[in-house]
Amino acid sequence: MRKIFNCSLGVLFGAFVVGILFWGGFNWALELTNREAFCISCHEMEENVYQEYRKTIHYNNRTGVRATCPDCHVPKEWGPKVVRKIQASNELLHKVLGTIDTPEKFEKKRIELALHEWKRMKSVDSRECRNCHDFEYMDFIEQGRRAVKAHTRAIEEGRTCIDCHKGIAHRLPKGWEEAAREAGL
Amino acid sequence: MNKMLIPLIAGLLCLSPLAQAEVKSLRGDRPPNEDSRPPIKPQYRKDGEVLPRDFVQQPPLIPHKIDGYQIDLRYNKCLSCHGWDKYREAGATKISQTHFKDREGNDLADIAPTRYFCNQCHVPQANAKPLVENTFQPVESLKEK
Ligand code: HEC
Ligand code: HEC
Ligand code: HEC
Ligand code: HEC
Ligand code: HEC
Repeated sequence: MRKIFNCSLGVLFGAFVVGILFWGGFNWALELTNREAFCISCHEMEENVYQEYRKTIHYNNRTGVRATCPDCHVPKEWGPKVVRKIQASNELLHKVLGTIDTPEKFEKKRIELALHEWKRMKSVDSRECRNCHDFEYMDFIEQGRRAVKAHTRAIEEGRTCIDCHKGIAHRLPKGWEEAAREAGL
Repeated sequence: MNKMLIPLIAGLLCLSPLAQAEVKSLRGDRPPNEDSRPPIKPQYRKDGEVLPRDFVQQPPLIPHKIDGYQIDLRYNKCLSCHGWDKYREAGATKISQTHFKDREGNDLADIAPTRYFCNQCHVPQANAKPLVENTFQPVESLKEK
C-alpha cells in the first residue's frame, strides 16, 4: 500500500516537473519567436517590410517609444497569440517553398498579405493598435486639425483605426484601394 | 646616421594618413559617401487652416503635416483626401482643374503625370528663417483686408 502510494506520488511529481519544463520551454519558444530579431531573420522580411518600417514614426520618434513587429502583428493575450503562432507555421512552410523569396514575388503577393492583416485587425477592432493608443487618451487640443475632425467622426460612427490608417508601417501596394473596397475593408 | 634619419622620418610622416587628414575640401574632410552634417529635421507647422496666397498663380502652401506620406508609382496618399472622389469626405480642397491638363493643354480624365508628384510645387511650412531678406508684397487683389 505504502509502496503504491509512494510510486504514484513519484509519478505525479515527475509529471509535475515535466509539465513545468514543457510549459516553460513552450513559453520560452513563444517568447523567443516574438522578438523583432526573429521576425527579420529571414531575408524576405529584412529586405522589404523592415526597410520601409525603419523610415516610419513607429521606428523612430520624439519620445523614443518603439512599436516592433510583434507589437502590431502578434496578439498580447495568450490564447490569440498561440493561434497566431500556429498560423505563422504555415508562413514558415511558404518560406521553405520560396513563395516570396524575391522582391518581385513579394510585390505580387503583397496585396493578399495586406488583406489578411487588415481583415485580422478589423475583426479584433484594431486591438494591437489599441494596446498603445486609445481614443479616450487622445488630447484633442494637442492633436492636428484634420485628426480631430476625423477622430470625432470615427468615435460617433464606431470606426476602427485600421479603417483609415492603412499603410502606417509599410508602403502600400499598387491597386490596394480597389482590393480593399472589394473585400469590404 | 642621425642626420639621415630625421629627414627620412619627416618624409614618412608627410606620407602618413595623419598628414593627409589636413587636406580639406569645401564639404569638409568626410568621404563623399558620408553625410558631413547630421540632417537638421525642421519642425513642421501643426495642422491648421489654409494659408493665404501671395500671387494668383501660386501653388497653395500645404497647411498640414505630410511626414511619411507615400507618393510613388504604387500610390499617392495626397489623392486619398484631395482627389475628386474623396475631397468631400475628407473635408479637403479638391485638386485644381488645371491638374487634369497635360503639357500640350489636352484635357485628361485623371490627374496629369506632370502633376503627380505634388510636393514638387506644394510645400509644408517649417520654422525655418528665410536665408535672404524678402520684401515681396502680394498684389492688391489678394491682400486680406
Ligand atoms: C507599441 C506601441 C504602439 C503600437 C502597437 C502602435 N503604435 Fe502607433 N504610435 C506609437 C508611438 C510611440 C507613436 C509616436 C508618438 C510620437 O512620438 O509622436 C505612434 C504614432 C502613431 C501615429 C502618428 C503618425 C504621425 O505621423 O504622426 C499614428 C497614425 C499611429 N501611431 C497609428 C497606429 C496604428 C493604426 C496602429 C496599429 C496598426 C499603431 N499605431 C500601433 C506607438 C504604438
Ligand atoms: C475616420 C478615419 C480615422 C479613424 C477611424 C482613425 N483615424 Fe487616426 N487619423 C485620421 C486622420 C485623417 C488623421 C490626420 C492625418 C494624418 O495624420 O495623416 C489621423 C491622425 C492620427 C494620429 C496623429 C495625430 C496627430 O495629430 O499627430 C494618430 C496617433 C492616430 N490618428 C491614431 C489613431 C488610432 C489609434 C485610431 C484607432 C483607435 C485611429 N487613429 C482611428 C483618421 C482616422
Ligand atoms: C505600427 C504597426 C506595425 C508595425 C510596427 C509593423 N507592421 Fe507589418 N503591417 C501592419 C499593417 C497595418 C499591415 C497591413 C498592410 C498595411 O496597412 O500596410 C502590415 C502588413 C505586413 C505584412 C504584409 C505585407 C504588406 O506589406 O502588407 C508583412 C509581411 C509585415 N507587415 C511584416 C512586418 C514586419 C517584419 C515588421 C517589423 C520589421 C512589421 N510588419 C512591423 C502594421 C505594422
Ligand atoms: C488625411 C487627409 C489629407 C491628406 C492625406 C492630405 N491632405 Fe492636404 N489638406 C487636407 C485638408 C482637410 C485640407 C484643408 C485644411 C483645412 O481646411 O483644415 C488640406 C489642405 C491642403 C492644401 C491647401 C489648399 C488651399 O486651398 O490652400 C494643399 C496645397 C494640400 N492640402 C496639399 C496636400 C499634399 C501635397 C498632400 C500629400 C503630400 C496632402 N495635402 C495630403 C487633407 C489632407
Ligand atoms: C507643377 C506644379 C504642381 C503640381 C505637381 C501639383 N500642383 Fe496643385 N497647384 C499648383 C498651382 C500652381 C495651383 C494654383 C493654381 C491652380 O489652381 O492651378 C495649384 C492648386 C492646387 C490646389 C488648390 C485648388 C483650389 O481650388 O484652390 C490643390 C488642393 C492642389 N493644387 C493639390 C495638389 C495635389 C494633391 C497635387 C499632387 C497630386 C498637386 N496639387 C500637384 C501647382 C501644382
